[in-house]
Formats: sequence, structure tokens, C-alpha cells
Amino acid sequence: MTTTPAILAERVRHTFADVVALDGLDLEVDAGTVFGLLGPNGAGKTTLVRVLATLLRPTAGRARVLGHDVVAEPLAVRRRIGLAGQFAAVDEELTGRENVEMVGRLYRLSRAEARARAGALLDRFGLADAADRRVSTYSGGMRRRLDLGATLVGRPPVILLDEPTTGLDPRTRRELWGAVDELRRGGTTVLLTTQYLEEADRLAQRIAVLDHGRIVAHGTAAQLKATVGNEVLAVRVADTEGVHDAAAALADLSSRDEPFVDPASGEIRLAVADSSASAEAVRRLDARRVPVAAVELQQPSLDDVFLTLTGRRAEDEPAAENDEREAA
Amino acid sequence: MTTATATPVAAERGRLTLAETLVDSRIMAARQLRKTLRRPMYVEFALIQPVIFVLLFRYVFGGAIDTGSVDYVDFLLPGIIVQSAVFGALVTGLGLTEDMKTGVVDRFRSLPIARSAVLIGRTAADMVMNVVTLTVIVIVGVLIGFRPSEPVYDLVLAFVLVLAFSYVFSWISAFVGLSVKNPETAQSVGFIWVFPLVFASSAYVPTDSMPGAVQAFAEINPVTLAVDSARALTIGEGDVLAPALGTLAWLVGLLIVFVPLAVRAFRRA
Repeated sequence: MTTTPAILAERVRHTFADVVALDGLDLEVDAGTVFGLLGPNGAGKTTLVRVLATLLRPTAGRARVLGHDVVAEPLAVRRRIGLAGQFAAVDEELTGRENVEMVGRLYRLSRAEARARAGALLDRFGLADAADRRVSTYSGGMRRRLDLGATLVGRPPVILLDEPTTGLDPRTRRELWGAVDELRRGGTTVLLTTQYLEEADRLAQRIAVLDHGRIVAHGTAAQLKATVGNEVLAVRVADTEGVHDAAAALADLSSRDEPFVDPASGEIRLAVADSSASAEAVRRLDARRVPVAAVELQQPSLDDVFLTLTGRRAEDEPAAENDEREAA
Repeated sequence: MTTATATPVAAERGRLTLAETLVDSRIMAARQLRKTLRRPMYVEFALIQPVIFVLLFRYVFGGAIDTGSVDYVDFLLPGIIVQSAVFGALVTGLGLTEDMKTGVVDRFRSLPIARSAVLIGRTAADMVMNVVTLTVIVIVGVLIGFRPSEPVYDLVLAFVLVLAFSYVFSWISAFVGLSVKNPETAQSVGFIWVFPLVFASSAYVPTDSMPGAVQAFAEINPVTLAVDSARALTIGEGDVLAPALGTLAWLVGLLIVFVPLAVRAFRRA
């Protein structure tokens, strides 16, 4: 017997005026897993989340959540999802407890159940002491945690998190990561979007890279990183004039493509197999009397994956996504 | 494995019952009332501004307005009450644009609730606030010399009519707010459609003092019809049946048009 995927998108397309936000996107997320959707601003991440949350109708193609079509059976989909958007959607004038309880009631929990569930979630997200204070007194991190509490209060089996950690301090980010781990252990399916490879790597079993409304790569974090190399060597030369010569000297250390050169900053980035490349690079540049400003081994970033996959950096493309709320 | 997790899944009830819609609406109304009462700005808007209008027209402009044999304060109060009902309705649209901005509308739209419930709850809560506003105006009016002459049931009828008026205008305001989407635009657009209705009416001055075209507009203006009904029901000025029927016709017509429009705008918000 085949299991229904938690999320299934088939050739989903969405256009706002003449901007193509989703361009025939296919996606399958297994139930009970955390799926990371990785991409720069404007890649179409938010549009996909809004389609799956029944907030936007796809222009073409179809999407299903636990087998229910987002266009034909929106209510069935809404009974099964919890959405946390990019900003905390909580009422300033209400207390934390009132906010979560209200959403619980809207998921049709009984009054007692909503109260118990809200109390437990506020506790879990470290908001017990602030539970009866108005949200207007909360910090940004507290609001995001409260928002997540409201997302989970109805125990939906599928959670959609749109850039859940953007703008969060490191501590809140770690707490949120912990919450996502816990959800997965409890059997909840999570689709999260992020701009950070590190975050997708940390949380998701499978990752898809989104670019211009299409999936350009998908697999496990290990598979994606393998396309780049285990590590990235970032070298910055002191004299930007000599950056191309320096890059040529280091070219054969790269485990993948040509080194990436940024003439303006004097930065050279290359994927390397292991950390010994770092010492070798310094030796070679030293032998050529190239003054080096900095040498650093880094984890591959979204930028590096992007460079490898698309041949360009993952720069913000604000056109599609920032305009979409107005266009929608 | 249960059938629910296997392909294909069973279809399930795709519509909410009326009872569920009412429960959702009640939760939404309670949310809104709490929010409103905890915001000093709204309380000021609902209470102080209308009182200022009463005092302004009574003591600043009133002396220059000729209302014949009727005392200006008696003439004014029914007008101010309808005006406040309309201004009070503007809050509905403004509040919805704020909810859109914070993402709360997105959350509500992703929940398994009736989409109309958010609007039904919101308009109901705003109507409750209008009950408070109108009561305060009546009290201030009595303090400065407003003396209704008609029996209590007529006064109650006038109050109910004005409330119904504010409720219907809340739906128009909701539609406008959901369509323009941001609070600043909603505010300026709000005044654009509300000001001509309120001022080119019989609320402050008799319409026969206006030039022909304005007078023609004022006489079919629902605000005029509501004010004339309220005047007839409170101070016995003029005929009651014609303006009351006219008002009801307007209200029913506006509801039929703007409830579906507002719900549609909410779906697309």
C-alpha cells in the first residue's frame, strides 16, 4: 500500500501580473519528516507556503496536503495545517495566554482543552511567567515563540514554517530548532523555508533548493553539500589587483569547479575536500609573495550551493515575493 | 495502516455548519471587544470625538443655522447620532487593514473556521461599541438641552434604526478596508466616501437650504433618510413612514451588495 505524502505539489505555477513566482514546481514531502525549502528572497518560498496554506490559489498545477486538494477541499486542508508566517501573527492587546487559547478554540478544541493546551505550550516555550501579560510588552523573540505556540495549539499534523528564525537572536533560534526536533519526534510533518543551509542541514531530513520558482536540487543535506565539497576555503588577498593570479595558483586545490573570484573584495572561494587545503593554500601564496588578508575554512553556505547549482550567487531578488501581498 | 493515510483519502465535510459559524463569530467578536476596550485610542475615538462634534455644532455653528420652529439642539441630536454611527463604522475597515498588516488575517484564513466569521464577529463587536457611543451622545445631548418629545417605544425604535445603520455601514467599511489593504489608505479613502454622505445630508442643516444638485443628492442620501426617521421618532418632526421605509430599503440593498463583496475581499486578502 502506498502512503499518502504529507505534501504533494505537482507542476504548481503561480504568477503575479507578469512575475512568475512559482514555475511548475514539483515537491513531495513524506509524512513525519522535516523538509527544508532553501532559497534566497524572491525564489518563491513564501508563495509556495501560501499556496499550501490555501491563502493563494495556484495559477496552474495542483497541490495536496495529506491527500486533500488545496483548491477543491480547502477546509480539509486547513483542519490539518498550522501556519507560522514570517511575522508573528499575534494580537498586541491580548495576553499571550488569550492569544493561544483563542486559536485553540478556533481549531475547535473545547474550552477546557484549549486552556490546558495553551498552558502547556506557553510553558514549553518559556512564556509561563509572561503568559498573562499583554503581548505589547513582549520582545520580538517572545512574540515568535508565542506565534509558534498558536501554530501548534490545534495539534495539526502538518506545520508550515515560513522563515521561522529570520531576525531571531541565537538563543531563540536554538529554542525554535529544539521545538522543530520535538515536533518531528512526535510524528508531525514540518515544511520550513529558510535562507540558511546550516539551518536546513540542522533540522531537515530532506532539502530542496528553490530558484526562480523551480526546484533546482533536492536531496539530503549531505548530498547537497557533496555537490559543493565538504568545506569551503575562503581566501582574501590584501592586494585586489593580484586576485586572479592568486586564484589561478589555487585552482587545482578545488574539489569541484573553478574558484569563485570577487575582484572587488579580493575574495576567492573554492570547495575543498578537507582542511589540509588551507595550509597548502597559504604555502602557495606565500611562495608567490602574495599578501594574504584572511584564510578561513567555512561550512558551505547557501551561496556556495547556489554558485555550484546556478553559476551565480544567491542574491536577493526582491521583485516577486515582496510585491506579492499587494498583487495577491 | 488506516484508510485515512492511504491513497486516495476519503472526502470529508467541506462546509461548516451554521452553529460552527456562530461559535467562530462569537470568538471573533469577543477578541475584538477585548482589543478595542484595551486600546485607549479607540475608546477616545468612540467617545470623545462624537461629543466634540455635539458641542461644536451646538455652541459654535448652531447659532447660525436656521431650523425654523425647532430648537437647534433638538434638530442636531438625531443628526449627530447618525453621523457618529457612520464614523464609528469606519473603525471596522481600519481594524481589518491592521490585522492584515500584522499577518493575523493570514492566520485566520489558514484556520478551519468560517471565513465570514471573522467579519461577522468584527462587525458585531463594532456595533457593541456603537451602542456605547450612541448612549454617551444621548446623555450629553440631554445635558445640553435635547428634549425628545415622543413616546419611549419610538425612541427605542430610533436607537435600533441607527444601530442597524451603523452595522450595515460596518460592512461597507470592511469591504473598503479589505480592498485597499493598508491602514493609511483606508483612512483617507474612508473619509472620501463618508464625508459627502454625512455632510450633504440633513444631519446638520435642513436640506432645503442647499443648492439644487446638492439638495437632490441629499434627499436620496441614506444618511438623510435615517436622520429624518430618527427626527420623526424622537422630536416628532416630519413624517416617519416615508424616510423609515427609505432607510430600510437602503440598508437591505447595501447588505445584499456589501456582505458578499466583503467576504469575497476577505477570501482574497
